Amino acid sequence: MQVDFTKRVLPNGLPVIVHEDHHCPIVGVSVWYHVGSQDERPGRTGFAHLFEHLMFEGSEHQDGSYFQPLQQAGASLNGSTSTDRTNYWEVVPTNALELALWMESDRMGCLLPALTQRKFENQREVVLNERRQNYENRPYGLAPVAMSAALFPPDHPYHWLTIGWPEDLRAATLDEVHAFFATYYHPGNASLALAGDVDPDRAFALVEDCFGAIPAAARPPRTLRRASLPAERRLVLEDRVELPRLYMAWHTPGLFQDGDADLDLAGDILGSGKPSRLYRTLVFDRRVAIDAAAGQNSRELSSLFQVTATAAPDHSLAELEQLVTAEIDRVAAHGPTESELERGLARAEAAFVFRLQHVGGFGGRSDQLNAYNIYLGDPGFFARDWERYTHVTPASIRDIVQRDLRPDARVVLSVVPRGRLDLAVSGSEPIHVS
Amino acid sequence: MSSVDRSRLPIPGPPPTFRFPPVLKRQLPNGLRVWTIEHRLSPVLSAVLVVRSGAAADPLDRPGLAALTGDMLDEGSGHRSALDVQDALARLGADLDTEVSADATALLLTTLARHGRRALEILSDIAARPRLAEEDFLRVRDLRLNRLLQLRHVPSALADKAFLEHLYRDHPYGHLAIGTEAGLRGINLPDVVSFHASRVRPPGAVLILVGDLTHDDGLRAAAEAFGSWTDGSETAPVFDRDADLAQGLDGAGRGVAIVDRPRAPQAELRIGQVGSDRRDPQYHALVVLNAILGGQFVSRINMKLRQEKGLTYGARTAFEFRRGRGPFTLATSVDTAATVDAVREALAELGDIRGARPAEAGELALAKASLTSGYARHFESAEQLARAAAQLALYDLPDDYFDRFVPLVERVQVDEVTRVAQQRLDPDGLLTVIVGDYASMGPGLGALGIGEPTLVGGAT
Repeated sequence: MQVDFTKRVLPNGLPVIVHEDHHCPIVGVSVWYHVGSQDERPGRTGFAHLFEHLMFEGSEHQDGSYFQPLQQAGASLNGSTSTDRTNYWEVVPTNALELALWMESDRMGCLLPALTQRKFENQREVVLNERRQNYENRPYGLAPVAMSAALFPPDHPYHWLTIGWPEDLRAATLDEVHAFFATYYHPGNASLALAGDVDPDRAFALVEDCFGAIPAAARPPRTLRRASLPAERRLVLEDRVELPRLYMAWHTPGLFQDGDADLDLAGDILGSGKPSRLYRTLVFDRRVAIDAAAGQNSRELSSLFQVTATAAPDHSLAELEQLVTAEIDRVAAHGPTESELERGLARAEAAFVFRLQHVGGFGGRSDQLNAYNIYLGDPGFFARDWERYTHVTPASIRDIVQRDLRPDARVVLSVVPRGRLDLAVSGSEPIHVS
Repeated sequence: MSSVDRSRLPIPGPPPTFRFPPVLKRQLPNGLRVWTIEHRLSPVLSAVLVVRSGAAADPLDRPGLAALTGDMLDEGSGHRSALDVQDALARLGADLDTEVSADATALLLTTLARHGRRALEILSDIAARPRLAEEDFLRVRDLRLNRLLQLRHVPSALADKAFLEHLYRDHPYGHLAIGTEAGLRGINLPDVVSFHASRVRPPGAVLILVGDLTHDDGLRAAAEAFGSWTDGSETAPVFDRDADLAQGLDGAGRGVAIVDRPRAPQAELRIGQVGSDRRDPQYHALVVLNAILGGQFVSRINMKLRQEKGLTYGARTAFEFRRGRGPFTLATSVDTAATVDAVREALAELGDIRGARPAEAGELALAKASLTSGYARHFESAEQLARAAAQLALYDLPDDYFDRFVPLVERVQVDEVTRVAQQRLDPDGLLTVIVGDYASMGPGLGALGIGEPTLVGGAT
């Protein structure tokens, strides 16, 4: 559980992390910015993600497609935005490292001169298409929107999803893009990691050439905002679906905080795959559901523990709710068995190793080095991250499940076919999401 | 501190050359071929068992049999119950995927190398000695029927299904692997038992091992786990609908088919025709053609529909090169209000590259470089190498296939691209499938000159 690296910080504040591995003639280039939808404000939701799109529309000295020169060099590339961060990556053949650094640094330093109203409006339309395709036109696609809105108060930045509200996207302006860039897109709020077929001395020299002249700026302040539910909330959402689905979620400790790893393993034991308790009970033994899953969704400010299960035909969400609650209560009372914990650890260890097989891309070594650096200031957190898991015990899982997964502090959402509000669990309040 | 020259883009030097690692090919006495690749870079083992039987072998009246059989393999075997198999795999940190495509069933296992032998024993149980019990069968078939119910509201699945059914009709490629409700209801446990006995057998199957072990250790582990797999095929009926995949392609579907989804916010599009097979001598020219047309972000169709017009989150084309002639498909999801506009633009791009606006030298250079310069990244992990070797096994490709890919793509010329476009893209033979709100697209569609729309059901 170790990835060797060298870290240096440029005078303008940009952290640079280099990991050497020459087995394949490629380099993973990863740039993280510590900005996500949690940095948006009500009325301008979806902005961080829209901004990510604009980062691919060219910069001052390459005022055209960001993709074209890199694809011509044989690179693959992408980016993504979450509540907590925005990441960009290229996987390039060894000979194209300088090109990738030139391109990343030009958009970090000189994005705005190339940004026109036309590009801005075009990408807004693309994002609205993305929202319709992946949320509005997808069965159960609006359930996460409803869950976030119910779990967090309107002024908490996890109240909305990263994709945002359509009316907010339509209200965004180019001036706001300029202000957002100045605040969040600079060396002091970023982290650069290179992994793969690189010579560290040459890599640092290239990075200094490309990024060294970008002006420093102050790291924007972040406030840790917790959230809690004063009481259970029960909601029902109609959707174009065939089978009703139950969602249940709780507030849990944030990423890397005490209890986070315990709940990750609790998710494995309760609802990850066929041997898990929920699958075994609901799908295999009782056959009241066609799927059942549980997991800790770890995030910076506050995490969510969520359970989902879809009713089999002729079975009710009430049956599912009763069985899910009973399984969680059982863990809260007795904890998992030693044997279940061993199995969860075996899977967690394998997942750790599997995701480090690649030097680049989402989840690869360069991405993980940046994640640790952005969230903890320590790119070498691999071994300590894994230690969090080895310290988990059946009793620690029992205690945190007892403390956090309480029936009086959860959101229960029934998603039902249109016109079938009667299929919701009892006491659910109808809501509308679009 | 020096600073980089911003007046021009850095020009990369020559790309690194790529060599596929050696594949050692051997055979067990029971006929199972064992291919090994040494990949000593992370403590991982990936194994693929490739069986050359997939959904194309489904009987005409029981579509879904191959996929249902694939799903039953890990539902208990030997002394292990269905849940015991899953539990045993999880304890080794092993990921098992069963992938049933038109041409093949592939069992793909990735595990920590130190658990390799035990994981291979479980894989062998799954492939060779599945329990195939009635109670598990009924549960698994119900789960698949319920999945089909769910797909009635998944626009991309409805579009894929309608596209294959209308394009291929009764041809073995004319259905999704999951099959249909009637097909699944018509399948009984003896069908699954027969399908397994006649199609999942040591002769014809290939076991590929890639990871942190020597060739000889790999062969030894394979022999220990799979050596006792005997061939029990004598009494089983043969499912051989995929024996002649060239038959029945003359009547391929064309025109416009609509799956109506009233008030849907997006329209899901598929436009295409019967494409080509994996051993087509023009394979590399077709790959280049596709890259220019719709195979990458900076392709003509994505640049037009997304970057210029803002009608979609993305648009792609692909040739599925199969054992027989697989589909060529343009796939996208567009703003409902722009459905007709999007179909018109897509059809124009498919037509223009045949001559009105043939591929240009710059486009060709970009496509070739993007396919070749970073080729090594496709072969970084054990799983990627195992999947690549599985392609060699499935399509009888030569050992040096991956080494020759780059030079063969580099050799493709502009006029070849235009010629294969003329040969393989027939503007009069295209099938267009739209899953969306018919009421808001109806009248404009007729004016496109691609025929009267046919309304088809979305039932599964």
